[in-house]
Amino acid sequence: MKPKETAAHYILSSSPHTHSNSSVSRIMLDVILALLPTTAVGIWFFGMAAVWTIAVCVSTCIVTEALCRLAMKRENTIGDLSAVVTGLLLALNLPAGIPLWMAVVGSVFAIGVAKQVFGGIGMNPFNPALAARAFMLISFTGPMTTWLKPICHCKCSAEAGVVDALTTATPLAAMKGMFTAEATASATPHAHKAIEQIPSLWNMLIGNMPGCIGEVSALALALGAAYLIWRKVITWHIPAAFIVTVFVYSLIAGGAPAYAQVLTGGVMIGACFMATDYVTSPITAKGKLIFGFGCGLLCMLIRQFGSYPEGCSFAILIMNAVCPLINRWTQPKPFGAK
Amino acid sequence: MKTVKSPFKFSGGVHPDYNKELAREQPIERMPLPAELVISMSQHLGAPAKCLVKAGDFVKRGQVVGEKNGFISVCVRASASGKVKAVEKRLGPAGGKADAIILDTAAKPEGEQEPENGPILQPLDWKTASREDLLKRIEEAGICGMGGAGFPTSVKLNPPPGKRCEYLVLNGAECEPYLTADYRVMLEKAPRIRLGVEIMRKILGGPAVRIAIEANKPEAIKAMEAAFADIDGNVEIVVLPVLYPQGSEKHQIYATVGRIVPEPPALPIDVGCVVENVGTVAAIADAVELGEPLLERVTTVSGDAVATPKNILAPCGTKYSDLVAFCGGEKTPPAKVISGGTMMGFAVSTLEISTTKTTSGLLLLSPKRVTQYVSQACINCGRCVRACPMCLNAAEIAKAVESDDIKAAEDAHVMSCIECGACSFSCPAYRPITQFCRRAKNSIRARMAAEKAKAAAAAKK
Amino acid sequence: MTIAIICIASVGLVAAVVLAIADKYLSVKEDPRIGMVTAALPGANCGGCGFPGCDGYARALVAGTAPNGACAAGGEACAAAIAKILGVEATATEKRVALVKCCGTRSEAIRVGDYNGICDCNVAAATAGGDKGCTYGCLGYGACANVCPKGAISISDGLAKVDKRLCIGCGKCVTVCPKKLIELVPASATIHVLCNNPDKGPTVRKVCGVGCMGCHLCEKNSGGKEAGHFTFDGFLAKVNYANPPTDAQIVAKCPAKCMSEDPHFESGH
Repeated sequence: MKPKETAAHYILSSSPHTHSNSSVSRIMLDVILALLPTTAVGIWFFGMAAVWTIAVCVSTCIVTEALCRLAMKRENTIGDLSAVVTGLLLALNLPAGIPLWMAVVGSVFAIGVAKQVFGGIGMNPFNPALAARAFMLISFTGPMTTWLKPICHCKCSAEAGVVDALTTATPLAAMKGMFTAEATASATPHAHKAIEQIPSLWNMLIGNMPGCIGEVSALALALGAAYLIWRKVITWHIPAAFIVTVFVYSLIAGGAPAYAQVLTGGVMIGACFMATDYVTSPITAKGKLIFGFGCGLLCMLIRQFGSYPEGCSFAILIMNAVCPLINRWTQPKPFGAK
Repeated sequence: MKTVKSPFKFSGGVHPDYNKELAREQPIERMPLPAELVISMSQHLGAPAKCLVKAGDFVKRGQVVGEKNGFISVCVRASASGKVKAVEKRLGPAGGKADAIILDTAAKPEGEQEPENGPILQPLDWKTASREDLLKRIEEAGICGMGGAGFPTSVKLNPPPGKRCEYLVLNGAECEPYLTADYRVMLEKAPRIRLGVEIMRKILGGPAVRIAIEANKPEAIKAMEAAFADIDGNVEIVVLPVLYPQGSEKHQIYATVGRIVPEPPALPIDVGCVVENVGTVAAIADAVELGEPLLERVTTVSGDAVATPKNILAPCGTKYSDLVAFCGGEKTPPAKVISGGTMMGFAVSTLEISTTKTTSGLLLLSPKRVTQYVSQACINCGRCVRACPMCLNAAEIAKAVESDDIKAAEDAHVMSCIECGACSFSCPAYRPITQFCRRAKNSIRARMAAEKAKAAAAAKK
Repeated sequence: MTIAIICIASVGLVAAVVLAIADKYLSVKEDPRIGMVTAALPGANCGGCGFPGCDGYARALVAGTAPNGACAAGGEACAAAIAKILGVEATATEKRVALVKCCGTRSEAIRVGDYNGICDCNVAAATAGGDKGCTYGCLGYGACANVCPKGAISISDGLAKVDKRLCIGCGKCVTVCPKKLIELVPASATIHVLCNNPDKGPTVRKVCGVGCMGCHLCEKNSGGKEAGHFTFDGFLAKVNYANPPTDAQIVAKCPAKCMSEDPHFESGH
């Protein structure tokens, strides 16, 4: 006969008995909030196409994660909002006009292959959104390199109100050409044409240029990054190292103006939101600086010497692979160790 | 004597909710003698004392009931007069069982009533007493570190030959949430602390003195400034920034003096420093000047589940249930009872455990103040690495221990871990990282003990 | 075409010559008995013998630094085969299996707290001494089950149980248990006392409904003290496996119901 249990039953646990009340879902929520400015700008410039892409990516990611966890017989993790963040980041890295079924395939790849197959959150070696983007770039090259022209909201010009005007030329394509000496050396007609294709600084900042939904507005992205640094979700190391490396490299290499290299293409969104993903970036400050530097260097090398005009995604993916080695090299020195 | 700001800041650390306002304004209150005391033979670090009495014996207050058993050990004296009901194994706050004397304090021997006044030990004049006499007095008084670890004080104040104490650091940081015992001692017993410092200075050969107090205790700083105003020699009050774990020995040394204690097995004396809790210092003064051994201490009873939080002066061996009753009982049924503070204290399963020389706090927490830790996957955010005051890669250690790779944890310097809890505190995935570190440390210690035993057995052959 | 044949043939010839030279001058001399002993061992690599894997034990055996009967998993047949290979006397060993000496499930033994932490017995035992009322009893968090190389231990209702059919007697569970309540007993023994608490009867009763109370009835019913089937540690009965009891009746007559006849199968007790 079981003896009577004592009336008081206290919780027995190891210290500490208190917590900072931070949580994974709170962090993910902060990231979503930080991405809202650029999402809003993307929708403003690319219209309903952007809305659909974002909606499809986010919902597919959530559903894929739920189904994967069910199939793996593990607990459901959609509550930690990481699938929402992956879906949002993937959508912001896609051209607004991408056929929705391709967006679905990419989302399933992002969560199913790049994340859950490795065991779920915390176990993936590569940034899931970027891995999916690379997969889509290789599988659906045409649609992935066809961007919408931003909607002109001013009522002055002939293009006012026109939506879905397709174009393949982004500022990056022009800037790639500018790396060759003849394009920049003198004021040849060729050089003029290339420079004309680079948007004005103002347009780069607010996002009035062709590109992926979330990468166009440098200002909106900077705002989001500032919010994340203030909330201590990310530290300044990776964005600073990445952007400074890109800037200095393009100063030395010539070609398009250095600020243009930073403010166009995926550098802003890559440096602030993609490279700073916890799971796939180094854990110490020193490691983060090396990581950011590597990303910036590889990005510019691909932009200058590679076949693609954009090198950001691949640069970050390559550095993700090197991340465990960076972690090993940059172990913190214990207090009091020799 | 001057007051300075801490010149050094250690990296890492966290800011828990302190909740000290619950008990900080409560002056130290002596509680009436409980009817029963449970005096443990293991109230200190090191070998438990050897019990000298048996059931049926009558003991007098201050009588030695447990003798020092080895070099790293401390004697135990009866905290009150009474009759020994039994000597049996009782559960301690850390979960281990040790021999304890169950004392009935109401029982008196038949025959004449012996007056209980008069000092238990002969009061000494510290100015004329020799260093050896002073050390002997501290040993006889059964004084051990009252901050929590309980290291025998007479051993600490007697550095081995070749090691000199250059700095005596007084630990008045009290960085643990809820606890205000040291604060009240500094506020109310600053002159005793001053006397203790004079005595310790003589024993240690005249080191410089640094009194470390956290900035959130301005009244204590003022009280200590007043008491130490006219002291001679190199004495400074160092105001430390409010950061947990400022009270950790190694970090206190770094914050006040700027010296870094090397990894274990190195000790503070290896960098010329001795750190002592302010309560211990006051106890030294009482032992020498008044002949009063260490028989009682101030314990903060706090938490949102206790009716009236108080700072209670209670004899060692007082049951937790008696402490709680003196505070007006439970306001709500507690979900957790903690011996110590919330960051490093021990959760206990019953209030029948009794206080020891190192019990600085007793917390009763309601369900909403309790966090459940569940081991979710590590997201590599690095908050634990940034929080660790020992600059360890806490995330890697936790992951290694989770996959039973104790060797990898050892390579990541887990033996330097001070188990402060800053890592678990800051983890957004609610991983019990501190518990992982403890598991690795226990496993490594067990392995080292087995190796030592094997080597000893082989050497004998 | 011919050139190709000649080239390939001469490359083959050169490689053959190089390999022949290497085999003669660069070969590592190894005692062939090591391979034969390794083949005779069960190949579980459980480490129960105290050596790193079967290969490690084989090397030690051939070098003469290991006792013959250390392989519990291989048992008598293995020891005999090894003895034959090495040309020595076989030391007889009896197969031993692990026994969890506790029957205090969550339904029978009280818990004094709600444990929140890592699911491991050593860690749980270090937290306030464990959440079980009986401080000598099985906590049921599976340290033994995790370390068993054959998956012979299962946890049900907060209590660990060994399946005798799968146990190879390597002893890893014995080392890892923080309460030291797992013992290696002869596989042929059938009567066991499933308790580890030496406290007085009333003390045990306060924390467990099926704990041994030290009433000595098992001793009395099996021929008394002179028969020597039981020894007592405080108020805890212990089976003397060198001279085990054989009468199954004493199991039914135990008032605490803490004895069992062969509890190693799931249906036991």
